[in-house]
Amino acid sequence: MSRNPVRLTFVLLAALGLVALPAASNLEAQGKGTIKIATQSPLSGGQAALGEGIKLGAQLAIEKFRGGLEKMGYKVELVPFDDQAKPDVGVANAKNLIADKDILVVVGHLNSGVAIPSSEVYKEVNLAMVSPANTNPTVTDRGYKNVFRVCGRDDVQGVVGGEFASATMKAKSAYIIHDKTTYGQGVAEFFKADAEKKGIKILGFEGTEEKSNFDPIITPIKAKNPDLIYFGGIYEQAAPFFKQAREKGVKSKFLGPDGMDSSDLTKIAGKAVVGMYYTSVAGPVSVYPQAKKFAEEYKKKFGKNPEPFAAQAYDSAAIAIKALEAAAKGGKAPTRDAVTAAVRDVRYTGITGTIEFDGKGDPQKALYFVLQVVSDNPEKWGDNKEVKRLTIAAPAAKK
Amino acid sequence: MDLQLLIDIFPQVLLDGIILGFMYALIALGYTMVYGVLEFINFAHSEIFIIGAFVGVEILLTLRSAGLFEGLPWPLVLLLILVAGMAVSGVLAVTVERVAYRPLRTAPRLIPLISAIGVSFFLQDLIRLVESVWRNEFNLVYPTMDALNHRFELTATIDVSVKSIVVIVAALLMLWVLHLLVNRTKIGSGAMGGAAGVLFGVQYGLINPYSGFIPGLKAFTAAVLGGIGNIPGAMIGGIVLGLLEAFAASYLSLLTGGAFGAEYKDIFAFSVLILILIFRPKGLLGEIVRERA
Repeated sequence: MSRNPVRLTFVLLAALGLVALPAASNLEAQGKGTIKIATQSPLSGGQAALGEGIKLGAQLAIEKFRGGLEKMGYKVELVPFDDQAKPDVGVANAKNLIADKDILVVVGHLNSGVAIPSSEVYKEVNLAMVSPANTNPTVTDRGYKNVFRVCGRDDVQGVVGGEFASATMKAKSAYIIHDKTTYGQGVAEFFKADAEKKGIKILGFEGTEEKSNFDPIITPIKAKNPDLIYFGGIYEQAAPFFKQAREKGVKSKFLGPDGMDSSDLTKIAGKAVVGMYYTSVAGPVSVYPQAKKFAEEYKKKFGKNPEPFAAQAYDSAAIAIKALEAAAKGGKAPTRDAVTAAVRDVRYTGITGTIEFDGKGDPQKALYFVLQVVSDNPEKWGDNKEVKRLTIAAPAAKK
Repeated sequence: MDLQLLIDIFPQVLLDGIILGFMYALIALGYTMVYGVLEFINFAHSEIFIIGAFVGVEILLTLRSAGLFEGLPWPLVLLLILVAGMAVSGVLAVTVERVAYRPLRTAPRLIPLISAIGVSFFLQDLIRLVESVWRNEFNLVYPTMDALNHRFELTATIDVSVKSIVVIVAALLMLWVLHLLVNRTKIGSGAMGGAAGVLFGVQYGLINPYSGFIPGLKAFTAAVLGGIGNIPGAMIGGIVLGLLEAFAASYLSLLTGGAFGAEYKDIFAFSVLILILIFRPKGLLGEIVRERA
């Protein structure tokens, strides 16, 4: 579906541009050369809203913090890649990206299913990946030296959801839908395991790649009438499902993981999702006092509100720059190995809190939230109500 | 296994399947009509179909931003987007034929087929380009017409919405008109696709440039199942496929205790199709190809 003359032309043009640009900038740069920070996130397709937020968040951080490196004589550039939320595209980009010796660190991805195979490529050259958004446990549990994330994990997020479903929502029964991706199915399974432990009856566990017609899935759900429907997946697919379920008269409450966290959820589903709950590893900007200024600058520069994970991407890029500075200390040219080693030692207080990595690359303590959708107006997504906030340490790796 | 539940949802699943089936049937008509004349599968039909849906949503969004959306009566709005979708898709189908198929009239059969696949990719990304420049959106949402979402609750577990009835009535109406005119033309097949696109958008609410691909593939299968080139065959093929899919998606997990879920619906539906085609290789109603003059 994606090979076509139009895109090929664009790719060729972009490739020409990439070849032409460094040649021109090398002439200008009088210092020690160029350091590139890459982002990988979906910039096209149905998840572009979040993916673009990651790119813009990183861009803002790079523009703000690159002064130190510039003083040392380096030119600092952002190189955005579009992984289209597809594992194969992410891996292909990763291969191109490691070939560019100036790229010393990657901020990305959005989807765990893309991040896991792509980081296998980064590992070949020990290129550091700082993830703003990947929550699947496998991302860090592989124990790779070059993989880091600033957010929480799904094995904890699933439990936070299960706990909330049982203690606060008082659900006695639940029906679980997932999108069959590493992320969606993963978090759905963690939710299921914990919900069962807490005595919630699981009436169904269905995976689907369907994007438009949910009728045949909704019919049995309606007949079983669960207290709660949990959707392990991303808003692009969950929103039409929730909308059609309400249209068909399903009365169950809705709950989902951080994949729900985009203003597009209300743009697509409208009234159907008002009042629903979702767990997240990224609170809305309003819960971080230091992030207020970031939100204002972001809006001023890009003309829109920061999407979830934009603030995390900002912090990820800031950490990347701190590591680059550490690796460049003493006048030596930073290498990928030096940057990767430096990331692990970074202790950084950013706009989403203080981040310090453990041995696996998880933040030593991560925040988890339960949020409630307050309005069917997508502009008001940032006002979603924080119902619960927890600080939980990353679990030890299970082998 | 909960037998009572299986029985309770049966009528609703039947209804879901019929609605989905009519949707496939409407799209399948396009494949079958072109095959009847040109004797090749017009793989660009899935995009001709989805462009109808885009025309519909653009008109609705324009009406809404002009403040006219709430004021106009819904049957008028629906008629307007149907006619507009049919017109644009019809003209597009003719254009595609002129540009991509007619110059290849004397070429071997496989050549226009490849050309059709090329047109399909071209149109997908053309829509994507236009929509990203015009609205900077990938997914477009059909504004909700409240009257169309009204549901009639037949029993506690069965209900049917106005828009589902609209899909069925429109499909039957078009089949009847088609039968009346025996209008096996490019513009006719395109218009049919455009109408199907608008109804698809109204029924499921969310479209993107690639939304046409899967329904197009299923509808093509339905056309083959019914007997390619055969108009009543496309209708029956569509409904059979819709029913198979709906029953598989709703019942597989109930019948197997969760071992096989809704995700296996296509495997199940297509296995049945293979079986049918083993015994009736020319489709349920047989293949029809117009004699060449």
